[in-house]
Amino acid sequence: MSEAVRGSPRRAFEPDWLARIGWLAALLYVVYAASLLDFTWARFVTGLEQAARFFDRMFPPDFSRWEAVLKGLKESLEIAVLASVGGIVLSLPIGFLAARNLMPAWVNWPARALIAACRTFHPVIVAIIFVKAVGFGALAGILALVIASVGFIAKLFAEAIEEISLKQVEAVRATGASFMNVIVFGVLPQVAARFIGFSTYQFDSNVRNSTMVGIVGAGGIGAPLFVAFQRFDYDVVCAILIAIVAVVFLCEILSNQVKRVFGDAMRDAREPRGG
Amino acid sequence: MRGSHAVAELHDTALPGSGIRREWQRFTPGQRLARFAVYFFVVAAFVLSLGTVEVIPEFLWDAPAQMQDLLVRMWPPDYAHYPASVHDALVETLHIATLGTVLAVVLAVPLGLLAAHNVTPSHTVNTLAKLALVTSRSVNSLVWALLFIAVFGPGALAGTLAIAFRSIGFVGKLLGEALEEAQPGPIEALKASGTPWPSLLVFGYWPQVKPAFWALVLLRWDINVRESAVLGLVGAGGIGVALNTAMNLFQWDRVAVVLLAIFVVVIVAEVVVTWVRGRIL
Repeated sequence: MSEAVRGSPRRAFEPDWLARIGWLAALLYVVYAASLLDFTWARFVTGLEQAARFFDRMFPPDFSRWEAVLKGLKESLEIAVLASVGGIVLSLPIGFLAARNLMPAWVNWPARALIAACRTFHPVIVAIIFVKAVGFGALAGILALVIASVGFIAKLFAEAIEEISLKQVEAVRATGASFMNVIVFGVLPQVAARFIGFSTYQFDSNVRNSTMVGIVGAGGIGAPLFVAFQRFDYDVVCAILIAIVAVVFLCEILSNQVKRVFGDAMRDAREPRGG
Repeated sequence: MRGSHAVAELHDTALPGSGIRREWQRFTPGQRLARFAVYFFVVAAFVLSLGTVEVIPEFLWDAPAQMQDLLVRMWPPDYAHYPASVHDALVETLHIATLGTVLAVVLAVPLGLLAAHNVTPSHTVNTLAKLALVTSRSVNSLVWALLFIAVFGPGALAGTLAIAFRSIGFVGKLLGEALEEAQPGPIEALKASGTPWPSLLVFGYWPQVKPAFWALVLLRWDINVRESAVLGLVGAGGIGVALNTAMNLFQWDRVAVVLLAIFVVVIVAEVVVTWVRGRIL
């Protein structure tokens, strides 16, 4: 019986030669690129020794400069909060303008270009430009993260609006509602939950990035972290990293709570309609 | 569904015809309170931050003039600088992003398998794997870069490892979620035929998660191209080094060339990703 199965010419899973060649090409690329970037086993082994020394110096973490750490963290959080509020407030109108099912082409093309421009550069690079424009400090960080927030929230918000059901919009329009009323009663209720989801996600992202913009002088905990690295004060580095991870974690819990408060209510409110 | 607590609350529950107004409310008092708490918290955080943040408003009024000055210094871009030192750095950036993504995928696949409860039916292992993925994600790639520079010295190796370690959390989490959404039917059929678990993975799970897998690898590569461009600011190789050098020397016409190069590469990467996604998905 099993002989017969084994001997049969048909195979359930035909080998895909194109895919195998693809995997081989990927492997060749990895070897080529690794040699180009000078990755050698010797470097790796030296690195391991270095890592042991590094971790040895990192522990125990040095919290003696906790006041400076706290001040930096406070500034980072302020940057994140202000940038998130600014970004969310700006994303609402820009997202509406970029939605192709609500706006004519001459309105949504500039809006879409603006969103694309906001997305191109990493927040840290945008922060460099703003440090030059408004000087060192938190303001540059806030502006850089506002740009990043608009690039993310407005893009996804516009896509969410493009997916709405137009039946409800038509129904509201049929009652003779004004344009603003159509937006508020026909469009917003359909996308509010997702908008809140994008906003809380971006807030988390802003908290993370606000700890980094300090590396280029745009305020927050990034500057003390970078300075500690350059001075090889690895125990201070460790303390700052622990503080950052704790704050990021707390903010994630908070935004999950916010999502729960709004998400559940939205789902409950939708249930009766679905029957 | 009528009994759902959030449907409609009738306040002033009056008897029909008694003349007392009935008022419809969308949310229960608990939900209203929770929402009010969120609004209150957001406004309070905003006001507090606005009140205490150290911002010098005068700098903001000065910004247009400063921006104009910046643009004047940037124009015309020093194109001759591109073949001299930007091109090689740009290629290095692309290698860092790609190799980092490959390494991340190699490391993330086992973690993703361990994090999915239907593949690894052990709550402890799932939690541990998820913890590892969260750690990877909560450390910024610039911090990973600083850590690896301390270990391996400045250069592309630190950058590649930074990109890889930051991406593990992203790829692993999404891969784990895709695995958990896999249909149990084909898996059970394979199990019933006595399939060993490597074959179960290759023939049961892999065909189901393949589209999601390629989509998230492409997405992460796109993100990594952007991220690897800034790693050089802390000395982890790539085009960021050229950017940092030009900035420190206030050679703004060279900064303009570097920014243009990054801009073009990011746009090209996005076009490539869109094209590949259209081809394979």
